[in-house]
This record gives sequence, C-alpha cells and structure tokens, in this order.
Amino acid sequence: MASIKIRAKNSDGTTTVKAIIRHPMETGLRKDKKTGKMKPAHFIQEINCEHNGKNVMTALWGIAISKDPYLSFKFKGAAAGDTVKLTWTDNQGNTDTKETQVK
Amino acid sequence: MISMKRRTLLKASIAAGAGLLIPGQVLAKWPASAFEAKGIDAALTASVGTGSSTESDKVKIKAPDIAENGAVVPVTVSTTLDGVESISILAEKNATPLIATFVLGEGAEGYAATRIKMGKTSNVIVAVKANGKLYSATKEVKVTIGGCGG
Repeated sequence: MASIKIRAKNSDGTTTVKAIIRHPMETGLRKDKKTGKMKPAHFIQEINCEHNGKNVMTALWGIAISKDPYLSFKFKGAAAGDTVKLTWTDNQGNTDTKETQVK
Repeated sequence: MISMKRRTLLKASIAAGAGLLIPGQVLAKWPASAFEAKGIDAALTASVGTGSSTESDKVKIKAPDIAENGAVVPVTVSTTLDGVESISILAEKNATPLIATFVLGEGAEGYAATRIKMGKTSNVIVAVKANGKLYSATKEVKVTIGGCGG
C-alpha cells in the first residue's frame, strides 16, 4: 500500500521528517447523507517512527486530526543514508509502514 | 451557567497547581480515556499523568489567527525547553479536547506539526511535558466554518 509519503532531510545535524498519510480520519460523529446512519469511526490512533530501528517518536492521535493527516517532527543524530521508518495503526486494526532514507 | 462555574473552577485549580499527579504512567498504549475526557485537565491527566501546567514563553504555537476551514487548521509547536518528553495539542471547545500527544523518544527535538479539526472558535492549548513538569501555551484560533459537522 502506498498510503504514506515521507521525507527525511538533514540540516545542521537535525533531521526533519515530514509525512502525509492518506486516511479518511472519520470521527464517528458524522452522518452519512445517503443512508442517514452514523458513519463508523475510522481514524489513526498511533504512529511510530524509528530511526535505524530505534524509536524516536510516537504520536497518539484522537479523532480531531484532519483528513489525510500531515505530520512533521525533528530529531538529532541521523546521518545521510540512515533509515527512517514510519508505521501507523488505526482503530480498525489497519496498518501500513514505509521506509525512507535520510537525505 | 453551570459550565461557566466549572470552567472557573478548573482554571482556579490549574492556577493553584492542585492537579492530581499520577506518576509512572506509561504512554505506550493508546489512552482511550484521555481522548474521551471532556475537560482539559482531565484529558491531560489521563494522557500525560498530570493536569496542572504552568504557562511558559518557551512553548511556541504557530497557528492561524483565523481559520477559514475548521476541518484543516495547521498547528506547529516548538519549544526550547530541555528534556521534552511529550507534546500534547488540545482544542478547548472541541467535544473531546485532546487532539494528539506526541511522545518524543531519544534524540527527538521539541517540535511537532500537524493539522487539526476544530468545531468552533476556541483556544488551542499546547502542553509540553519536560522533566516531569507540564508547560503550556495558548493561542486563540477563530473558525469560520466548523470542522466537526457533516
């Protein structure tokens, strides 16, 4: 699956990771206009980011993150060519992972 | 009126630093109670273990003054505090205020950016946990079209 776009860029010893994930981020509070029923909640709960296998950031998200979420954070200690891995898990048990190399 | 009283009470308890401390809370698992909590300090207590925070100018929020579309409000948090453990983003008037908690691991800097949904004009509150203490900053974002309806 290609639900994740991720970039990691080095600048002055700090690596900035930017990612966009394609996901509906449904709150469970909206009605489906066609059926009049509530749309079930479907949102990303947890995002893990690893640098060379070591966790650098875990994001715990609620329903109030926008659709197709964007995420950015920074960390130190990475060299060009290192692997940055991002994994998300949503409340319906779906998951996806993508790796990228630090530039 | 009742809710107003409750609000002032909450503020007073924050100001007095009388929040409950729950030490040793592990953040590894998604804290459902934190994301379902209705009050700001209740949400913070459930997510990072403490509800009492101190205003700090070392915590900076970058967010628009007026958001045309409440469904997409870009928020960037940066802090110059040392020993940052986590960054939490909350919207005061959302039904469930807690939006996200970023738990920072080793080597991570005090920075996080994302896009959030806001039901209506409200204060965006950021709580940064550093060295076991909670530091916060607040910024009002005016919302023209809410992002929580259908």
